[in-house]
Amino acid sequence: MDWHLLISQLLNGLQLGLLLFLLASGLSLIFGIMDFINLAHGSFYMVGAFVGASVVSLTGSLIIAAVATLIAMLVLGILVDTLIARKLYGQDHLDQVLVTFGLILVFDTLAHIIWGSAGATIPLPEVLNGQLEIAGFVIPTYRLLIIGCGLLVALGSYFLVTRSRLGMLIRAGASNRAMVTALGVNIDRLYLIVFAIGAAMAGFAGFLIAPITEASIGMGNEIIIIAFVVVIVGGIGSVKGAFYGAILIGFIDTLGRSYLDDLLKIFISNQSAETAAPALSAMLVYVLMAVVLVFKPEGLFPPSGFNKK
Amino acid sequence: MIFKKLLITAGLAAALSMPVAGQAESVKIGFVTTLTTPAGVIGEDMKNAVNLAVEHLGGKMAGKDIEVMFEDDGFKPEIGKQKTDKLVKRDKVDFVAGFIWSHVLLASSKTVLDAGKFLISSNAGPSQLAGKGCNKNFFSTSWQNDQAPMAMGEVLNQQNVKSLYVIAPNYAAGKNMVAGVERAFKGEIVGKDMTKWGKDRQLDFSAELAKAKASGADGLFIFYPGSAGGAFIKQYQQAGLKDSLPLYSVFTVDSISLPKLQSANIEGVMGSKSTMFWAPDLDNAANKKFVADFKAKHGTYPSFYAAQSYDSIMLIDSAMRATGGDMSNQDAVRAAMEKADFASVRGSFSYGKNHMPIQNFYLREVVADADGNWTTKVVKTVFENHQDNYVDQCKL
Repeated sequence: MDWHLLISQLLNGLQLGLLLFLLASGLSLIFGIMDFINLAHGSFYMVGAFVGASVVSLTGSLIIAAVATLIAMLVLGILVDTLIARKLYGQDHLDQVLVTFGLILVFDTLAHIIWGSAGATIPLPEVLNGQLEIAGFVIPTYRLLIIGCGLLVALGSYFLVTRSRLGMLIRAGASNRAMVTALGVNIDRLYLIVFAIGAAMAGFAGFLIAPITEASIGMGNEIIIIAFVVVIVGGIGSVKGAFYGAILIGFIDTLGRSYLDDLLKIFISNQSAETAAPALSAMLVYVLMAVVLVFKPEGLFPPSGFNKK
Repeated sequence: MIFKKLLITAGLAAALSMPVAGQAESVKIGFVTTLTTPAGVIGEDMKNAVNLAVEHLGGKMAGKDIEVMFEDDGFKPEIGKQKTDKLVKRDKVDFVAGFIWSHVLLASSKTVLDAGKFLISSNAGPSQLAGKGCNKNFFSTSWQNDQAPMAMGEVLNQQNVKSLYVIAPNYAAGKNMVAGVERAFKGEIVGKDMTKWGKDRQLDFSAELAKAKASGADGLFIFYPGSAGGAFIKQYQQAGLKDSLPLYSVFTVDSISLPKLQSANIEGVMGSKSTMFWAPDLDNAANKKFVADFKAKHGTYPSFYAAQSYDSIMLIDSAMRATGGDMSNQDAVRAAMEKADFASVRGSFSYGKNHMPIQNFYLREVVADADGNWTTKVVKTVFENHQDNYVDQCKL
């Protein structure tokens, strides 16, 4: 067993998991509190990447770009909530899916018109393009930065959800929406805040990944499916569930890609292992979701007091 | 009264025959490529090259106007087929060219060939159309998928690379590329990863790069067309593999990915090796004119996709010149095309019986040009007049 490789892969899994968490926490809250299926959540991820790339190319500063992206995404979240999503809360899920699918097309086409089909890159300063050596481990510096940022946001949302009044309302909304409304909480404003924060976190995730994969049209559609898996595994409406679900999925996906072919080679011929491993590792996260749905249909960490419908 | 009716009928007939007469005066070419999705950047490059070729021909072939109709396949076989149907049945084109993706070409080829029209692939080179499924009306101005990776395998042997790690996308062409390098490479393949591809393709290669690094291989072979290539090379640099694990690639490092890598300051790609039938610095008159005019117009080097598309138009022109623009005699048009009698940007080449080019393959290296822009430079010729492996299966 190569421990060196294993620990590198665990760090890679953690990084993927934290990115997924940024996407899935907003998705989970919007789904859990507003009962709103937002397929276009991935578009926020894409827009965040493109906006970040544009600001970096204008100012040359990653920090200004990070702040600008967060603000732009909050504004976009507010706009989408007030102009479009609000009318769909409480509607049939099919209507929501149709409208948000349309939104994906609109965002993709807008991105094509504004930024072109070539995509956009975020250049990193020399320091971040390099590697850090910690206790004999050589790790790409930028990936450590993603892990750091992800953990910070996770910690921030933990305090927001467990220690603040807003967090209390969010938790209450996720466990029993009707009761929160009945108690006279301004539900429109709560929805607006949750939606905007969700959009900002998704946009920030896109901005973080852009220096690695670059901003491209439809990049959000590639990852949103996995984010939905995270939401279902973690428990709809639970930030804690989104966190553990995302880390779990990140580990499973990365370790599957790393070790599945070697593992299969023990049982079947080398050649069939080589053919089967890519297909199987792509399926692993869905297998996990199916298992969770069988044994804990409400997810691993459902919001407390979650009323099983 | 009768006279009036006659007059109207005659008028109608004249009016109806007008567009037909108009059509006869033009050479109609349908061009199917990808203009939307992240792969749209490839299609744009091809479109620019086609337009440049038309411009170089003065808008005419054998005295007839050139009419090119571009269609977007949306990176999907079913859409590609629909658009091809439209070009053949509604627009009644004489030639259908283009096609970046093997699976799109395979889905669309039947429509064109069954209608007795000419089909020219400007990129995709699936083994099916080179071998058992070859057709008298199918021509390629690119290559068969396996050829460039075979040339790379030969280069690896020459450079004394003993062990290789392979990473490629898990789809038809990716498998062809891996098969090609495996066929020619004599050393040991110590590890192989096929990554998810398609709509939800994998773009984060951290796990694969960590494995490649741990494998201790002498070299890393990759095939990542389009924007995935840039992403891969960035992560390759960020993982610090440039000195320990040299990069060898096919169809990955091109003039679409290089400007982006340069703007992101990814120096890890400098000096990396790839094999190809063409390069922007290839020394022949047609190529010099093509590259210079393309750069003047669009500010970047043309990609190999552009070179192949340019040649597709020039191939059609050669046939029109030989036949005086007469489409009625298909055999004459085909015979003219089989001669490949035009100034190709790759230099002269010939056609095998399956209408795949028999051509040279070169080793290219990434360098900075006189203006500091990153581009590829020919290092040496790997294969001379190389023919694909499937030609014997072709019954033509």
